[in-house]
Amino acid sequence: MMRLELVKRPQRSMLFSALSPFIAFVLTIIAGAILFALLGVNPLKAFQIYFLEPVSQVWQLHELAIKAAPLILIGVGLSVCYRANIWNIGAEGQFILGGIVGSSIPVLFPQFEGPLVLPLMLLFGMVGGAAYAAIPALLKARFNTNEILTSLMLVYVAQLFLDWLVRGPWRDPKGFNFPQTIQFNDSAILPELMPASGRANWGFVFALVAAVLVWILMSRMLKGFEVRVLGSSPRAGRFAGFGIKRMVFFAFMLSGALAGLAGISEVSGAIGQLQPVISPGYGFAAIIVAFLGRLNPLGIVAAGLVLALTYLGGEAVQSALGISDKVARVFQGMLLFFVLGCDTLIHYRIRLIGLAAPTLEAAPKLEEAR
Amino acid sequence: MSANQDDANLLEVRGLTKTFGTLTACDHVDLTVAKGEIHALLGENGAGKSTLVKMLFGTLEPNSGEIFWNGQAVTITNPGFAKKLGIGMVFQHFSLFEALTAAENIALSLDDGSPISTIAAKARALSYSYGLPLDPQSLVGDLSVGERQRIEIIRCLLQTPQLIILDEPTSVLTPQEADNLFETLERLRSEGKSILYISHRLEEVKRICDRATVLRHGKVVGHCNPRKETAASLARMMVGNDVQAVVRAPAQGIETAQPLLEIRGLSRKPATPFSIPLKNINLTVRAGEVIGIAGVAGNGQGEFFESVSGEVPQQDAASVRIRGKDAGGLSITGRRLMGAAFVPEERLGHGAAPRMKLSENLLLSRHATDGKVFVGAGGMVKSDAIYAAAQRIIKAMDVRKSAADPEAAALSGGNLQKFIVGRELDRRPSVMVVNQPTWGVDAGAAAHIRQTLIELARSGSAVLVISQDLDELFEISDAIAVMHNGELSKPLPIAEATFEKIGLLMGGAEPGHAEHALETS
Repeated sequence: MMRLELVKRPQRSMLFSALSPFIAFVLTIIAGAILFALLGVNPLKAFQIYFLEPVSQVWQLHELAIKAAPLILIGVGLSVCYRANIWNIGAEGQFILGGIVGSSIPVLFPQFEGPLVLPLMLLFGMVGGAAYAAIPALLKARFNTNEILTSLMLVYVAQLFLDWLVRGPWRDPKGFNFPQTIQFNDSAILPELMPASGRANWGFVFALVAAVLVWILMSRMLKGFEVRVLGSSPRAGRFAGFGIKRMVFFAFMLSGALAGLAGISEVSGAIGQLQPVISPGYGFAAIIVAFLGRLNPLGIVAAGLVLALTYLGGEAVQSALGISDKVARVFQGMLLFFVLGCDTLIHYRIRLIGLAAPTLEAAPKLEEAR
Repeated sequence: MSANQDDANLLEVRGLTKTFGTLTACDHVDLTVAKGEIHALLGENGAGKSTLVKMLFGTLEPNSGEIFWNGQAVTITNPGFAKKLGIGMVFQHFSLFEALTAAENIALSLDDGSPISTIAAKARALSYSYGLPLDPQSLVGDLSVGERQRIEIIRCLLQTPQLIILDEPTSVLTPQEADNLFETLERLRSEGKSILYISHRLEEVKRICDRATVLRHGKVVGHCNPRKETAASLARMMVGNDVQAVVRAPAQGIETAQPLLEIRGLSRKPATPFSIPLKNINLTVRAGEVIGIAGVAGNGQGEFFESVSGEVPQQDAASVRIRGKDAGGLSITGRRLMGAAFVPEERLGHGAAPRMKLSENLLLSRHATDGKVFVGAGGMVKSDAIYAAAQRIIKAMDVRKSAADPEAAALSGGNLQKFIVGRELDRRPSVMVVNQPTWGVDAGAAAHIRQTLIELARSGSAVLVISQDLDELFEISDAIAVMHNGELSKPLPIAEATFEKIGLLMGGAEPGHAEHALETS
């Protein structure tokens, strides 16, 4: 009889901590190659289509930036939550609520135009996302509910709420019964950065600015220190006089605001109106981005670009090879699996334990518990 | 080794070595334990005692070396095998389920399927015959630490071991309970059983042990007969040089000095079913004095510390007063801003965040009190300032470390404690509350910490020390109060205090003493 056991390593290897995302990426490529081979496709050709062709022209880089912007914005916010040991899984819902609340201005007041419209929309988007994130925060702080469940379940509430809005009260009356709102007026559209070469909009700039600001917050400011202390040793945090409940609200509402900003940027930039579905799962993919970026805002910028590529690659293999674009989800899942696996093995090593006789098993277990 | 040649040796260890990474915890350790002897294993914290014992009990695997049991070479791979050989162990930290009875706890570890009633009867008979009376039907949660230790000892004895390993058994006992334990140990010895006795308390080793093996930095530095040594000579073997004695000048004019910390009728309901309620605690600590709080672990010291520090604020604002102002309703930050400083019992995870650098751990307790120095405009941390301050503390407290600004977890317990105490002393607090200042700290560092606490008091601060180490309290305190079952006795001036008096109070004598405390204030 054999048993596997994870044994904590006395020391973490700094080298492997830094290498871990790259090792995870290589392992994902290997597993992906096996996957493509089983599907009957030459892996080399598939990888060329998946990873290289989507970024071979300038306009395609713009598309990459469009996909990466929400991933980075959300991922940066989530990194603050996860550093505080608070598990916000509901960024997708906060993204949607940000999109809805921000869109309320152009949808309800289509005649309102001018330079004030866009800043107000962005602000509304952040408020919407933060307010929606405050719900699981309140439940956790007040009733000690599990925030993983509440924040996740609120995603479905948000999705159905959006669906109802665009089919019901907010439907474009001249839209031939299509479930969508009116097209936003020009002053409600997030401008493109370099219209001459592609579609990328200011959302990508927001993402980079957010990453730098959160990096400063986490590494240079007392608030970031509070996040890290409460996340790594809550009792020491209490000794320091930091409030865990305040931290729950801070982390949830900061990440909610960034997810909301991503939501309204996506709606007013890439889409231009509200539809039943405004996100291809950015809120969930951003969880992978946060971990792939080692919960470091600057790492998350790189990780966001990698994840954006998996979306584009999925579309590319679908059109070129006829493989379902769900393969993108498979790649994202494998990436997260390998990242977490590598991280675990940095902190623990695997020990194989052979057992001579089962009768002796109970006793040592009791001793080990000491 | 032939069996007939060394008939009397129950256990022989030769060249046992264990390394963790670059650290050699045990370096070619030799040890023999004869039949029917009490053998002391002496050494400072980090000397390798626990590592050695864990290898004997099968929870750690040695890198090299041999273990002989009754002359036969053995490889002890797990505690189950050690028990089969006849090695029993009583750990320093118990592993008992508080919600189960003593008998049920014993049954869990016996694992032989006999009915609980049989086990209870056996345990009761055994406990009385060894002078360790125990009611097998009592709930562990209701028992004192001394009684819980009895369960562990009975549990060990029920497996009829030939060698019993005791890890710092008296650290949780009152002096009277310890006397009781020594009688039991002598009884076991007279029956031909061997005992490996781990301790750093030299007086008790001198009293009950036949031979001693002294470890220092993982190496055996000597075997001796402790009865022929003095406490000073044993300490010298353990530490490697003479330990500087703590100097305490008598406090002057304390009666008229200003009270800096006042605790008035402090009560607290238990937060969990197994925590201790605090009952009407009254205490005054004046400028210039050190008050010690003695007590067996688990009598409410932790709850008391949380209440005084403000980690758990009180309903009644007047129940804790700092420098003459009500502080009971304030958070720990508020109380720090009034001039108080706190050192909790646990270092890693409470007093310090393990994975953070020392400079960051400095910020942990001083981000508010030294906000102007350490935190700049817009909440930016001044890393240069905290680094410089951390280096100042490291220098002042002689903290030994491997890097300029290592993570807290990379320091030994004693060095981390020096840093944590130094972090608070560096503020020159007017009120200092310390829980277990030198628990697990080596003798040299402990003397240093005690001396700094006395000096802080003599410079005009009020110092309150909660400790289980009576020697320590007698060394540094101007008066000693005793905490028992959530109640605090009237402080005894050090001139009147004796081990016996304090020991009786620790055991729960003199109930209803709370009124006296009011008189002294």
